[in-house]
Amino acid sequence: MSTTTLLSRNLSRSRRFKNRVATAGVWLSVVVAAVPLLFVIAYLVQKGAEVVDWDFLTQDIPIISRLPGPGMGPAVLGTLLITGAATAMAVPLGVLAAVYLNEYGKKRRLANFVRFLSDVMAGVPSIVMGLFIYTVWVLNFGQSGFAGALALGCLMLPIVIRSAETALQLVPNELREASAALGARTSRTTLTVVIPAALSGLVSGALLAVARAAGETAPLLFTIGTVTAANPDLFDGANTALSTQIFKNATQPFEAPIQRAWGAALTLILLVFILTAVARLAARRFTLRS
Amino acid sequence: MCIGCGLLVLVILALIAVTMTRKAWPALSHDGLRFFTSQRWAPNVEAFGSLAFVYGTLVTAVIALALAVPVSVGIALYLSDLAPRRLRGPVGSLVDLLAAVPSVVYGLWGVIVLAPWLSGVYDRISDVTSPIPILSTLFAGPSKGRGLFTAGIILALMITPIVTSITKEVFDTVPRAQKEAAYALGATRWEMIRAAIFPHSRAGMVGAVMLGLGRAMGETIAAALVIGSSPQITANLFRSGDSMAAVIANQFGEAGGLHASALIALGVELFALTIIVNVIARAIVGRRLRRA
Repeated sequence: MSTTTLLSRNLSRSRRFKNRVATAGVWLSVVVAAVPLLFVIAYLVQKGAEVVDWDFLTQDIPIISRLPGPGMGPAVLGTLLITGAATAMAVPLGVLAAVYLNEYGKKRRLANFVRFLSDVMAGVPSIVMGLFIYTVWVLNFGQSGFAGALALGCLMLPIVIRSAETALQLVPNELREASAALGARTSRTTLTVVIPAALSGLVSGALLAVARAAGETAPLLFTIGTVTAANPDLFDGANTALSTQIFKNATQPFEAPIQRAWGAALTLILLVFILTAVARLAARRFTLRS
Repeated sequence: MCIGCGLLVLVILALIAVTMTRKAWPALSHDGLRFFTSQRWAPNVEAFGSLAFVYGTLVTAVIALALAVPVSVGIALYLSDLAPRRLRGPVGSLVDLLAAVPSVVYGLWGVIVLAPWLSGVYDRISDVTSPIPILSTLFAGPSKGRGLFTAGIILALMITPIVTSITKEVFDTVPRAQKEAAYALGATRWEMIRAAIFPHSRAGMVGAVMLGLGRAMGETIAAALVIGSSPQITANLFRSGDSMAAVIANQFGEAGGLHASALIALGVELFALTIIVNVIARAIVGRRLRRA
């Protein structure tokens, strides 16, 4: 701001000094946040690129983990399947809940209560979600990819609700009124007017929730078990995921599993970044139109 | 139908509380109040006291806040008032990127790269602080690199995005007229920040800090990898400790019977603690943003 530079000649030395220090502090804090992020990403790309290739993404995991060699295929498949199933459960339910909040409940007491609860649920630690699904599902039906999907779904639900409600709020009220004037009920207005208008906002919010869920480890630790060969059946038998493989391999004392952990981490982060980037693009289209 | 989906949230939260408390009951009735007051955690003799884990959780979360809050406030000020227009986008994406990195990736980097490097740094720090009374107990060597402080650093990285984005939201609600009034009175930028932005945003910032606290307390995997996993209460921040979430992640896989029940009880305790923190935080942030 040029006002400050104009006046700075007449400032006392201590005031000028304090201002300089504060400005430097603000710049410094940006740098302090950027440096570890760059370190993490640089390390990840460097270590991960050594092992990630087509074989790494498709081959089975070595049964004797200290032996070198490729293989995270089952984990890649597991992550995609489990996250996909979680999305298929959480996104429709979350969007419907948001429709209730924004189109029906509005400022009613019940709606505010649900908003409050979904904020509370968003703060539940992911490990607690894992334990919860373990006690209600795994103890009765055993470990499976589906159990993991349930845990991830619980984690995604409040995020989807919140982002979907924001997307619906951005739809101009005139559209709803025009539809109502043509004689449509709220349900029809919502289906044919509001949701299409909010679509890219809904998609971007959902994708951000998916990206968050794909990287989660704690809810999967006790719910999906572990396997070394691909298991395409979500409902039957243990499964595995990139995140749990990273966790397992990170503490091994041998070189080979740690390398596989870096490879899995690079794969996982690429997956998450692609999802985030797509979400960005969807959101940008949305803001341009409205 | 839509109401049903809204109430699903209520159903899930209630189910979490009820089913987990039921599974935790054997351990809670076995140890009684000692579960909350004892720091002795010895699964082999069925002694389950959670105090050491509560301590580890709180200490790492407080370290994380002490490191993350100044940085987050700085970035939020940068984004809301300082940044040149063309840097605003990239710095915003930087914060989003920090949030997009999965916790297990921070943990992997923490345990393989950061902890061994920090071990040397810690030794140098403890050499410097050894003659100073209080600091010599807080920062005593020798350290293996994994420990409470390392966990705090990793947690700080992970809560910076959420604290930053909420703080920025609060800063954005400061009326333009108040900022301009401060400038018109001849304030420097720093004086404007102190006179216009901070007083207006105090409650919101407190809320953001509480939300960060809730996040840090519940964060599991990164802490599980770098905290060092030893259930002890020590004032030495360079020593290893353990947190509630981390011990569940590390031990539940091979736990059975009472041990598993005790870990679930720990989960219930963590659930209750984070809910309290989050409810307070939401109440403060919500009130602030509504009034604005």
